[in-house]
Amino acid sequence: MNPTTGPTLVDFGHDPLWLSIIKAVFIFVVLMLGVLFGVWFERKLISRMQHRYGPNRAGKFGLLQSVADGLKMGLKEDIMPRTVDKVVYLLAPVIIAVPAFLAFSVMPFGPMVSIFGVETPLQLTDLPVAVLLVLAMASIGVYGIVLAGWGSRSPYAILGGLRSSAQVVSYEIAMGLSFVAVFLAAGTLSTSEIVAKQAGGGTWDVFGLEIPQPSWYAISLLPSFLIYAITMLGETNRVPFDLPEGEGELVGGFHTEYSSSLKFAMFMLAEYVNVFTVSGVAITLFLGGWRAPWPISIWEGANTGWWPMLWFFIKLVLVFAFFVWVRASLPRVRYDQLMAFGWKVLIPLNLAWILLYATLKALRVPESNKAFILTLGAIIVVGGLAIWFRFDTLLQRRREAKAAQIEEEFEQLREEPEAGGFPVPPLDLPHYHGVLPAGQASTAVKEVTSGSN
Amino acid sequence: MTSQVPDLWPPSAQEVVFLLLGVVALGSALLVVTTRQLVHAALWLVVCFGALAGGYLVLTAEFVAWVQVLIYVGAIVVLLLFGIMLTRAPIGRSAGLDSGNRVTAATVAVGTAAVLVTVVVQGFATAYTPLEPGGGAAATLGASIFRSWVLPFEALSVLLLAALIGAIVLSRTDIRPANPAADAGGPAAPTTPPHPPDPAPPPADGSGATAGETGSGRVSRDGG
Repeated sequence: MNPTTGPTLVDFGHDPLWLSIIKAVFIFVVLMLGVLFGVWFERKLISRMQHRYGPNRAGKFGLLQSVADGLKMGLKEDIMPRTVDKVVYLLAPVIIAVPAFLAFSVMPFGPMVSIFGVETPLQLTDLPVAVLLVLAMASIGVYGIVLAGWGSRSPYAILGGLRSSAQVVSYEIAMGLSFVAVFLAAGTLSTSEIVAKQAGGGTWDVFGLEIPQPSWYAISLLPSFLIYAITMLGETNRVPFDLPEGEGELVGGFHTEYSSSLKFAMFMLAEYVNVFTVSGVAITLFLGGWRAPWPISIWEGANTGWWPMLWFFIKLVLVFAFFVWVRASLPRVRYDQLMAFGWKVLIPLNLAWILLYATLKALRVPESNKAFILTLGAIIVVGGLAIWFRFDTLLQRRREAKAAQIEEEFEQLREEPEAGGFPVPPLDLPHYHGVLPAGQASTAVKEVTSGSN
Repeated sequence: MTSQVPDLWPPSAQEVVFLLLGVVALGSALLVVTTRQLVHAALWLVVCFGALAGGYLVLTAEFVAWVQVLIYVGAIVVLLLFGIMLTRAPIGRSAGLDSGNRVTAATVAVGTAAVLVTVVVQGFATAYTPLEPGGGAAATLGASIFRSWVLPFEALSVLLLAALIGAIVLSRTDIRPANPAADAGGPAAPTTPPHPPDPAPPPADGSGATAGETGSGRVSRDGG
């Protein structure tokens, strides 16, 4: 182990079994307590932002409010809708909760410490591809939402599940791409080594000037960090991307039929643990991990022993507060805007930024052929611009044609008295009694009474 | 690769786990094609891919294993489920899931498996490779793909890109042929009145026919 940069991959895999169990139990307990007090913290903070007090009855400052809510959920009647797919219905809350916890196993909390005489890193485990594990766990968590939506056999739930699957898969791509620049910069996919790489920035040598490089990837890879900050809201279904449970139009979305009881508590638990997971990834990959920021890091002991756990915790609270702040500030986006933003803005921007960063990186390799790289870069930029202009004019022409067509339709509608000049839903669909074919009695038209199943 | 025969008996814990994962993968793959419930078939596919990923993990191919989970479990089967739910998503058994081509399909499957197994056994029966931790990390795999196998990799990328563009062209109804007369019967023609015509439009193209079928199937299921 290098005392200045903390543990690397070679420090893992030597823990005795009892130590691994202690670490796993510790992570589990911390996450459970984190959810209990995270709910309280969110409610309290958002209340203060809205000039209210928030929960203040149960316990000091309302601290026991979540405990009371949890007890209430445990004591409520467990309602199982009659026609659900029972296995899937019961499995969905488990599938959504377990991966959320598993992803935390690769989160580094601190450097090497001594636990009962054993030198060990403050991290359950690490892999050469640890960040992929986090992404994979996030993608398995989607099944919980999709299956909850499908298994509970309700149109609202299935719409929520559909929205969620499309949204999470789309935002996962942008999220994965925002990691690419970090991998390029760090040269590794292991979480502990990415933290170690952010220990101290190198220097940029620009025209003989030594400019110290910032050590946090959030600063040196700012576009990646901004995109990640947006996608982590989308990935966890939080405001402003909480369409899977948009209560304005979908009752409760995918968990509509999990009306009470501990199964609903599992969904709440998974949502908050997921928030902690993406926050932990943000801290580890972009915000220097467990390392103390500059004013504290002047003190020599700041990055040794158990102190880094405190810095990690403070960063986690701040990132979580950012989630709450966003929730208090932004309205929910519309679904088509959400998808368009993910696919047409975040992913192309991300790809362009990765290309740019890779070019810069290639230019800094000492024995690289700079003229060749610059020519290649220029060709790509010119080609990209040419394609963009071509499609821009084409799309503009298409938009104008579409506008003209809509205008034409409105002209036609204004002349039709039964439509009242406005576009109305077609009244001859089977579930309307409105328009009947000639010579048919009204009893022949059967009303469709319920949903999509 | 060496031709030195390692100790195979007694089997190590890894070998036992690998065999069990193989059994799980095979069993869940059989369930995918035999189950009568559409969504359960997709879920058994998840189990199958998960067991494969576990197999990769036991063989120290960590990168491949997690990419398998990320892409196949996390994206492809989710898209399958998405497609199922967008169209019908039945709960319970569906009668239409049984195919009359059962025997032919089974023959082709067994034949393909036989060819693959024969080739692998003929080619690698006496070759053994020692498993070293870290051998399947991203660095080694990346070096191998982008140095030794870069041409097949790029050819595959172009193939995927072509498939992607093909899918977009097939699914978009607003790309019209250059000759407008050929598209006169299309559902999105600008001369269509704002009220949709009768519930069974003439199946001028594939998309219209599919939508009609789905709609009528849903109504009849609700009635019965």
